[in-house]
Order: sequence, then structure tokens, then C-alpha cells
Amino acid sequence: MAQMTMIQAITDAMRLELARDPKVLVFGEDVGVNGGVFRATAGLQEQFGEQRVFDTPLAESGIGGLAVGLAVQGFRPVAEIQFFGFVFEAFDAVASQAARLRYRSGGRYHAPIVFRSPFGGGVKTPELHADSLEGLFAQTPGLKVVIPSNPYDAKGLLISAIRDDDPVIFLEHMKLYRSFRQEVPEGDYTVPLGKAAVVRPGKDVTVITYGAMVQTSLTAADKVAESRGAQVEVIDLRTVSPIDIETVVESVKKTNRAVVVQEAQRKAGVAAEVAAQINERAILHLEAPVIRVTSPDTVYPFAAIEDQWLPTVGRVVKAIEDVLDF
Amino acid sequence: MGVLLDERTPYEPVRILAEDGTVVNPELMPDLSDDQLRELMHRMVFTRVWDQRAIALNRQGRLGFYAPVAGQEASMLASHYALNKDDFLLPSYRDIPQLVFHGLPLYQAFLYSRGHIHGGQIPEDVSALMPQIIIAAQCTQLAGVALGIKLRGERRVAIAYFGDGATSQGDFYEGMNFAGVFKVPAIFFSQNNRYAISVPVSKQTAAKTLVQKSVAAGISGVQVDGMDPLAVYRVTKEAADRARAGEGPVMIESLTYRYGPHTMAGDDPTRYRTNEELGEWERQDPLIRFRAFLQGKGLWSEQEEEAAIEETKQTIADALKKADEYMSKQTVGDLIDAMYAELPPELKEQKALFAAGEGR
Repeated sequence: MAQMTMIQAITDAMRLELARDPKVLVFGEDVGVNGGVFRATAGLQEQFGEQRVFDTPLAESGIGGLAVGLAVQGFRPVAEIQFFGFVFEAFDAVASQAARLRYRSGGRYHAPIVFRSPFGGGVKTPELHADSLEGLFAQTPGLKVVIPSNPYDAKGLLISAIRDDDPVIFLEHMKLYRSFRQEVPEGDYTVPLGKAAVVRPGKDVTVITYGAMVQTSLTAADKVAESRGAQVEVIDLRTVSPIDIETVVESVKKTNRAVVVQEAQRKAGVAAEVAAQINERAILHLEAPVIRVTSPDTVYPFAAIEDQWLPTVGRVVKAIEDVLDF
Repeated sequence: MGVLLDERTPYEPVRILAEDGTVVNPELMPDLSDDQLRELMHRMVFTRVWDQRAIALNRQGRLGFYAPVAGQEASMLASHYALNKDDFLLPSYRDIPQLVFHGLPLYQAFLYSRGHIHGGQIPEDVSALMPQIIIAAQCTQLAGVALGIKLRGERRVAIAYFGDGATSQGDFYEGMNFAGVFKVPAIFFSQNNRYAISVPVSKQTAAKTLVQKSVAAGISGVQVDGMDPLAVYRVTKEAADRARAGEGPVMIESLTYRYGPHTMAGDDPTRYRTNEELGEWERQDPLIRFRAFLQGKGLWSEQEEEAAIEETKQTIADALKKADEYMSKQTVGDLIDAMYAELPPELKEQKALFAAGEGR
């Protein structure tokens, strides 16, 4: 076991998969000699050579198309989009091409591609670096969307994503890259895609969340336990498409109350989908409406006001109290 | 004195056959046997007849989406004829003839037209992707396919077909630029048929040729008379040979024309082009030109052409019959099964509901 940050765990996952499977290729803008703008691919080109880990021209659509073409040729591309706000340049390649390749060809071809990309607020980035756009891809049939919240999950989920035979969007929250260390096993292990984790057991209310909001929700749960002795169960979705509805519904049937917390704007993200699923599958178990804590429906904030715009511990505490007192 | 450069256009179309079938550039004559020359003519006749039948079948409701190809036979089939069986094709929605001569069974092409999952199930021994609807998406994919070929150390070539309008897309430029940087065995084959639906090529770009766009990517380019099968074959063969030898990608601009509408979905070309223009291009018909050339060499006769036409009609009738047999075979469950290697729980649930007739 080693103490790793999330970024180190991500590098470790790519290193292990590059060594294990010669079909794995890592490419993107500045991922080669430079080792990535966040050091995610540091040392990989040196270890595996320019044929396996390489830089591309500065063109996201080209990167997406390159990944699709390489997948058609039997490779397993791990393509990096430098910041997820730039994914619109590659939207066709990801959503209309990679996501549909298996279906369009009736199974003749498939796209075992991982699109890795940093996103997320709280680190005062310039425009279009931090936006939470996972909802767009969660709405696209043919994709899986994975968002780890800690180093252990990041490594296990990324290894699973690379081994998955269908395209996976792997979103890495920038604030979590180096914010804490965690025990991470050496060597390979997997965390299954499509499986949520109950990261804090409780019996009074369920908080369903993902990404950086997992930490925010855990802190809020502690505060509610302190202030009024309520036991909050926190579920980290880990994969936001497909959502692990079974784990969510099972928890809600136990606690009878639910809050969904996401960093994305209210009309974005996947909170509405989680609430709708609970409504369809567990309404007779609910003692209160399912409440969402989200960012407001504006464009992502200017850096100086980011901390007021993003969901805070206080807003999550308030939502939990509201459903408890409904 | 100004320092800005005026545009220079060093490109002249490569041509071997004149409109009357006489050879104007004998030194460029490709090395094709008499049988190969006749086979190429046979393919062009087949495609002309197919186009006529497909238009009729579409009007009868027996085919769905169809993009006419009459006029482009030399551009499509002579370029394809210069490739090997294991070369990789990335066709646009109009490039069905190349796909069929590369090995896609005709009945599957008809199923693609009708909108049936089996239409996209390219046989395992056919190196090709399904027709691409998103204009120029095949250009960035071409760079990836060709890079895959290069990384495997194979002596294969990948080719993407697209029209003149596609050269205005970002993906066209990005694909060529990536292919140039990685120096991969790729051919970017632009069929300049003068119109993107109703928009003439003069409204796509102020560039005097499309092939000069290859300069921006730093790759080779050539413009060819797309109504001349021998010239099209010659330039494509040379591009493929170069790419196979590791000398990188080539862009080809093939000057051609579609006699029919853009697609059968209501386009009326009389709204945007004149009868005079159509007549001028009909005089350049690749079949007339190649027929005259072959007849001059005693390699083609009216009887042979009649036989080719009859054979084509029978092949089409057989393929239609087979396509009809498949039409009942497509369920929502098939579509769900085609989504992922392993179905997520929600899709399993939806599949069960549809199987039970309870989909909602």
C-alpha cells in the first residue's frame, strides 16, 4: 500500500494498463514529454515510448476522431481532453461517433475508448475549464460516465474504464487531484463501473452525490449528526451513467428521505434523473419530497465569486434539515 | 510595393482520356490488362444501372434514403479499383458503390437505405466503415485508422471519400493535418461534384481549387479529371503506392458531377443549376468516354453492355428479394442488444418490457 493523491493514482492506473495491454495508447495535448498539464501522464512516454504515449495537434475533434479510428483498428485509446469545457469541439466524435459505433455497425465494431478530462470548481480557473458537463454525456446513449471522488476509486475505476469495451467518459475533479492522500494498493485492482458506494451509513436520510460534492456532503452529514443526532447515509454514485439505481432505492426505502447534491447547475448534471428514478420506484417509501442541492442556473461563475456559487456545506445541511422537518 | 502574395494555383487536373475517348497523355497510361479495363467498365455500367433502378425503387417506396451517383462512376469506381481488398474504406453516404465493390453484399446496402440494423453489419472480411452521415467526420477517423495501420506495421492504405462541401468542415482540415503530422498511409478523396445540395463550390471557398487545401496540412495533393476513369485510377494508384511506401498522406480532388438530385428526399436541382450546365457535363459522361476508348481497342461491344445491364437488373432483383426477407427481422430488443457489450440494468429492464409488449 502507498499513500497517493488522486492524480498519482490516475497515473498509476495508466502505467499498469500500458504495461499490461500493448493495445492501450495514451494521447492528447501535452501528454507526452510534458507529462500532462496536471502531471497525470508524467513519465509514461519515457517508460513506454512515443508510439504508445504521444502528443497531438491542438484540435479536440481531431483527437476524438483519431480515437475512433484507432478503436476501429483494434486499439484501446485513452484520449485526454485537456479541460472538459473544451469537449464541445469534440462533441460529434464523442457523442455521434464513439457512442454509436457499436450500434451503427450492429456489433461489427466497438469503441473501447476512455476520454479522460479534468473539470470542477473551487480552484479559480479561467473560463470554460471548470464547467460540470457530465449531464450532456449522461444523456447520450452508448456512453458511460464515471466521476471518482478519491484516489482509491480513481485508480480502480480508471482500470475498469480502460478494460471496458465501450466508450467511457472519465471525469477528474481538479480540486480533488491533490487535496488529500489515501491508501491505494499497489498493482492492479478494479472498482466496477455502474456501482455506487455507501460512503457513510445512516438511517434517517439519504444523500446521493458524486465528485467533489462527496466531501461536502460528508462534512454536512457530520454537522447534522452533531447538531441533532440524525444519521445521514451518503451514497457516492461514482458512475453517473448508468446510475446504480438499486443502491439508491434500497437506501431510500430504509431512510424514507433523500437529498441529491451536485456541483452542476440545477438544469444540468444528473440530480433530476436520480430524483425521477426515486419517484418511480420508491414513492410509497418517501416521507418528504426529494430535494436537490445544485449550483444556480447561470453560466459557470467568474473566479472571484466561485465559492458563493458552488454548493456549500451550509446549503447541504439546510437541505437535509428541510427533508427531516418536512 | 506591396508584400502580400497573390493566390497562386499550380494545380491542373490530370487527364488521360479526352471526351471522345482518345488518349491525350499516353505517358500516364496506367498498367491495366484488357480484362481489368473491361471489368472497370463493367462496374461503371453496373453502377449506372443501379442508380437508375435505385431512383425508381425509391419512388415506389421500396428503398429509403438514397443519394444518386450517376456521373460519378469514374470518380468512385476507378479510384476504388486502384485499392487492394485489405485497404480500409471510410465512405460518405453517397459512396455506397465503392462499399459494395469492396465486399458489402448489395442486399445489405438496400437494408442500409431502408434503415435496418443489418445494413451496417459490415462483413468481417470487408475492411470498411458504415456510410458516414456527419459531413467530414470520416476525415478525422481516417487519420486514426491510418495511424492504426502504421502502428501495426501493415502495408495497407486507408481512404476516406467526401464531397466538395465537406472541405469547409473543420474535421476535413483536422483530419488532413493529423495525418500529415503522423505521416500515415491515408488518402483524402474529395469528389468535387460542384454542389453541396444547392450551394455551388464557389460559395464554399474563394480558393480556386480544393486540392490546394492540402498545402495547409503540408501533404501532397493532386487534382484529377473525375470523369476520366484512367486518370482517376492513375492518381489513386500512385497515392496508394506512396502511402504504402511510408511517404505519408495524399489529398485527391476529383472533378466530377452528379446528374441527379442531391438525395431522393425532395431535392430539385433545376432550382439551382441550368440545363446548359447539365448538358455540358453529360457530354463528359465517363461511360461515353470509356466506352469509346474500349471500343477503339476492340474491348467492348454493344452486346457486352446489354449483357452487363441485364445481369445488373437480375442482381438487383435478387438483392431486393433478400432484403425483403430481412425486413421483419428487427426488434427493439435487437437495438438494445447493440448498445453495449454488457447491458446496464436499466436497458435489461427496458428490453424485458418491450419483449413483453409493455414498452413505454
